[in-house]
Amino acid sequence: MPKCFQAALALAVITLSAIASPPALAERLKVVATFTVIADMAKNVGGDRVEITTLVGPNGDTHVYEPRPADVVAMAKADVVLVNGLHFEGFLERLIETSATKGRIVELTRGITPIAFEPDGLSGKGEDHQDHDHAAREGGGARGHHDHDAADPHAFQSIPNAQIYVKNIADAFCAADRPGCAEYRRKASAYTETLKSLDAEIRAAVAQIPADRRVVITSHDAFGYLAHEYGLTFLAPAGLSTDAEPSAAHVAVLVRQIQQEKAAAVFLENIANPRLIEQIAAETGVKVGGMLYSDSLSEKDGPAPTYIDMIRNNITQIKGAILGS
Amino acid sequence: MQTLYAFFIAPFAEFSFMQRALAGSLMLSLGACPTGVFLMLRRMSLAGDAMAHAILPGAAAGFLLYGLDILPMTVGGLVAGMVVALGAGAVSRFTVQREDASMAAFYLISLALGVLLVSVRGSSVDLMHVLFGTVLALNDAALLLIGGITAITLLALSVFWRALVAECLDPLFLRSVSRWGSPVHFIFLALVVINLVGGFQALGTLLSVGLMVLPAAAARFWTSRVEMMCALAVGIGFAACIAGLLMSYHAALPSGPAIILSAGIIYLASILLGPRGALRSRIGAHRHRTA
Repeated sequence: MPKCFQAALALAVITLSAIASPPALAERLKVVATFTVIADMAKNVGGDRVEITTLVGPNGDTHVYEPRPADVVAMAKADVVLVNGLHFEGFLERLIETSATKGRIVELTRGITPIAFEPDGLSGKGEDHQDHDHAAREGGGARGHHDHDAADPHAFQSIPNAQIYVKNIADAFCAADRPGCAEYRRKASAYTETLKSLDAEIRAAVAQIPADRRVVITSHDAFGYLAHEYGLTFLAPAGLSTDAEPSAAHVAVLVRQIQQEKAAAVFLENIANPRLIEQIAAETGVKVGGMLYSDSLSEKDGPAPTYIDMIRNNITQIKGAILGS
Repeated sequence: MQTLYAFFIAPFAEFSFMQRALAGSLMLSLGACPTGVFLMLRRMSLAGDAMAHAILPGAAAGFLLYGLDILPMTVGGLVAGMVVALGAGAVSRFTVQREDASMAAFYLISLALGVLLVSVRGSSVDLMHVLFGTVLALNDAALLLIGGITAITLLALSVFWRALVAECLDPLFLRSVSRWGSPVHFIFLALVVINLVGGFQALGTLLSVGLMVLPAAAARFWTSRVEMMCALAVGIGFAACIAGLLMSYHAALPSGPAIILSAGIIYLASILLGPRGALRSRIGAHRHRTA
């Protein structure tokens, strides 16, 4: 992957320096965002100066997405392609090749401190491995990482990381559209201020939960950064992949663990099989919480149409379920 | 004694999800295995697999309209499965085309429609994952559904037993002596569909097709009498479910594949050891056998 990025980067630099004239104001910057979360951030930074195409729509699962022809067209025409990176988008490598895009490909996780996938000591190392291998293969596999320390790509679940995303987006927009730079910077710093107050709000909310009750269960292991940043513990029944079928042994281990660690709530996630969660909740008598959004935002009229709504929704649900049960 | 208890009984005694998995898979065996015997005798074993794809549009439509509720998805799957099964059956009955070709045609149309429906929604949520459950997550609704399907299947099998056997062995004869010829064929296809759909919703794709086909195929090597074959298929199904769940529990294997692999091992053993299998029929070639 890096090789390809370098090539794309070099190409972008050459193209930019060769043209050296900024796009006219009427011509809006064409931006492709791979999924809804970064599309929302880009909208906040770019405002009216950018035209954003989102590949994986609301409630979509980016891990298993299959690109459509329209996506290839959007990629080919893009000035800037915003991706999460860390092998989050399995389809990306092939899409970049097929579309032969000349746009600048910006990996938004650049500059964050990656954390390793934590299987929380249960949920089968085997499955994790599989998923890592899978991700590595899909993504070109040139990271040079050992299987064990493959990084969790869901970095946007922590707000300090989201601020880095925003900075990376602003940098990318500035590089592609010089005249708009001041505006991008202004919007980015306003949005960052909002994120900072959100961060404070989340910390205050978590502080209201007794420390020994900050244990919840979801079917998708996408909240590593949220857990790490705000001191919550997430247990998952089926490893981190949404498509591994759990074994009876894993479910049994989880049931025992819930009983021992006194997990306070179980959550349905917007993209995984919820029946298993319901079954575990029935077995252990813990409360089933509402919907947590992990990899994608909801539709406009849903509970999490923007990144800020998503984080707020998740923490409200978690706090409500723990304190209510 | 203690170890035997810990190995065989404790997993089911300690966890209610194991009890539910056992109850659900045993009930499904009770209905699906005899249905599988008739499916095999009619040389339609692969039709089960085709039906697996055929029910997709109905289940997807149910999901898209009503969300993740077991009833609309089951009804949708049933409707789609019935349309495909009955359509294919009708074409083979009333035209020169054979059932394999018409079944293939109908299920491909249905599958394409299903993929279309899933894609129109815009997002590529892993619908197969949402639509099809796992044996470890059987809630009350799923258990009721399986129980109902098993009851209907057993009732229909006992009422139409003679006609079904005759239809399997010589459909033209049945049609010449009874006006039940065509209806029985359709009733049978309907049984296949409800067993598959029930299995998909509750247990997952692999499990429901596998439980229908493998025990029946294994039983074929042990007997030539249809009654015995059905009983034996049910027994093999039971054994596979119990062995598979225990394997899944003790060796941390995914439960659906573990159950089907257990049935597969019984099938392979039957090929070798069964009186009508590869070894015994060679050795005992002098014995008279009736087909």
